[in-house]
Amino acid sequence: MSAPVELPKWADVGLIPLINVAAAFVISGLVVIAIGENPFEAVKLLLGGALGDLEGIGFTLYYATSFIFTGLAVAICFQAGLFNIGVEGQAYVAGLGAALACLYLGFLPGYTLAVVAIAAAALFGAAFAAIPGYLQAKRDSHLVITTIMFNYIASAFMGYLLVRVLREPSQMNPETHVFPPGGWVPQLHAILTYFGVKWPVTPLNLSFFLALIASFAVWILIWRTRLGFEIRTVGANPTAAVYGGISPARITMITTLMSGALAGGLAVNVILGEQHRLILEYVGGFGFVGIAVALMGRAHPAGIVLAAILFGMLYQGGAELAFDKPKISRDMIVLIQGLVVLFAGALEHMFRAPLANLLAKFAARPVDAPAVERG
Amino acid sequence: MSRKSAYLCSGVSAAFGLALLASSAVLAADIKPAVIYDLGGKFDKSFNEGVYNGALKFKKDTGIEFRDLEIQNDAQREQDLRKFAKDGFSPILTVGFAWASALDKVAGEFPDTKFGIIDMVVDKPNVQSMLFKAQEGSFLVGVIAAKTSKTGKVGFVGGMDIPLISQFECGYAQGVKYVDGKDEVFANMTGTTPAAWNDPVKGGELAKSQIGRGADVVYAAAGATGQGVLKAAADAGKLGIGVDSDQNGLFPGKVLTSMLKRVDVATYNFFNTAKEGSWKPGFNVFGIKEGGVGYALDDFNKALITPETKAAVDAASADIVAGKIQIHDYMSDNKCPI
Repeated sequence: MSAPVELPKWADVGLIPLINVAAAFVISGLVVIAIGENPFEAVKLLLGGALGDLEGIGFTLYYATSFIFTGLAVAICFQAGLFNIGVEGQAYVAGLGAALACLYLGFLPGYTLAVVAIAAAALFGAAFAAIPGYLQAKRDSHLVITTIMFNYIASAFMGYLLVRVLREPSQMNPETHVFPPGGWVPQLHAILTYFGVKWPVTPLNLSFFLALIASFAVWILIWRTRLGFEIRTVGANPTAAVYGGISPARITMITTLMSGALAGGLAVNVILGEQHRLILEYVGGFGFVGIAVALMGRAHPAGIVLAAILFGMLYQGGAELAFDKPKISRDMIVLIQGLVVLFAGALEHMFRAPLANLLAKFAARPVDAPAVERG
Repeated sequence: MSRKSAYLCSGVSAAFGLALLASSAVLAADIKPAVIYDLGGKFDKSFNEGVYNGALKFKKDTGIEFRDLEIQNDAQREQDLRKFAKDGFSPILTVGFAWASALDKVAGEFPDTKFGIIDMVVDKPNVQSMLFKAQEGSFLVGVIAAKTSKTGKVGFVGGMDIPLISQFECGYAQGVKYVDGKDEVFANMTGTTPAAWNDPVKGGELAKSQIGRGADVVYAAAGATGQGVLKAAADAGKLGIGVDSDQNGLFPGKVLTSMLKRVDVATYNFFNTAKEGSWKPGFNVFGIKEGGVGYALDDFNKALITPETKAAVDAASADIVAGKIQIHDYMSDNKCPI
């Protein structure tokens, strides 16, 4: 273990992620060549599919909305030095909250139903995160282990409910009734059509703006409030936090609760914004991608929004690529996404030392901490 | 086995495709068929792969190319369906019941495009819904199981716990009880999530536990999980029953028979009727009568099926076609009388 390499801030938040993504794309390009396709054409299709027209942009931002929420959920725990791998399960259970509100409170007038359903999603997500949070805070059971296992519990629990209890009897698919329209988070194309603007049908809905608001709120919380200071202190050094009069157990509890509530945003976007019914396994790995988004975004809300949009582009552009190039299967798209995760997350520090050396050479005076030689 | 056959098929089709290039101008397709698989993916060695094989056969016989696509998540269903329709593809076949909501919406937007769905009903004037009477085929293998079992105890391992699989289980149990009302059926589902389609280890454990309780024939209706079930039965010196495609060759002499659900035939017919202009919307039910379901008898299991068993199952088959045996369909009321 060597000491972390000091980099100027602009390089740390800007250049390093860019280099990581570029490296992922270069390797992906080699794989594309290996299967006999033109990588430049593939990149063109991917970017064109993601950003080339309004439909592509709509889908990209729709996926990005999901990733912002799951990324924030992971990041807020990072700040407290916790690793919540259970976003997937928390979002899944949050979907139950949204669905129960919509199915049983349908008498609520207009969009109050949607508001209540959003609150229910956050509440259920938080409640499901509360158990591992409590076990970590009071019993020192490691959050990584418990949240991984709670994903399985969520999956089995929701599977049981959807198959045995909530399923519409006439339906083969384990899914609930369609919610009353008051519970739907309005989709952008519907709103714009109302104002006479033409926008293609995409699942992009107002949750996107909710996600942006949540990002801003998380930034305020972490860097501009006393609670945020406490969270960062516990994350940096729990022993020092105790010395400073902060209870790590309390912070752990609060942080995991907020993390679970943010995970509920995935349910808002997918269940209330697009599907309008609860379906089996709707989370589809988006919770896990949130880990990559948080890593890549450096656990900072601004970085998370950008990383989420990048992953949204990979999802949407990847789908277009798979559609237009039958040779490039969906597994190939997963490979590209995996490489981005690998370089942005696991190999995050690979380019740091060389980059620091390079920058030191160009700098007028050396960076204050001497770059560590790694041979 | 089905993987092997898929390789074989793709090898054949690749060779064929080369030969085809020369004549493609002449055979310029008058239809543009497309297939979109379910989340399970194209090569699931079972259901989706059956569709793929049917489409390949169609391509081989007619020289008409088809496009196919695997989706990654639920949000893509409508998107990709719409894209295929916009690009002028027709007929478009969606594989599996999960497509119902998306198809219902998109079929309304493209009234001139022909759509199809397997295992589900979508009531639109341009959609053909293909349903399989899995209970009939399962009844037949139930008869075979009961006739073959020495202990009077047989097992069933399902994949994901959904009514579609209960339909298999219920038909099987009815077939067993039809032979001997005192026979016992042990039934287990592998899980409640789609992972249950691909968990051969757990499938094998369930089969072992059923064998431990005395079962000597175990029927697997569980996708790729079934391979674990068949292996456990073979390892214990007992007999397994395969599903969907002919799996008798997986463990020769240890697989009693396979319940055939001919999605390949349905796919082929779906495309072929569109090509010949005889395509019709509405229901298309595939039972024993239509050759859509049945049991597999080949060199691998010839020795396992006694003449008496064969006579019994063929008589039951004829009686079902004639309507003399009424098999309860679990999906009609989500209940099983047994």
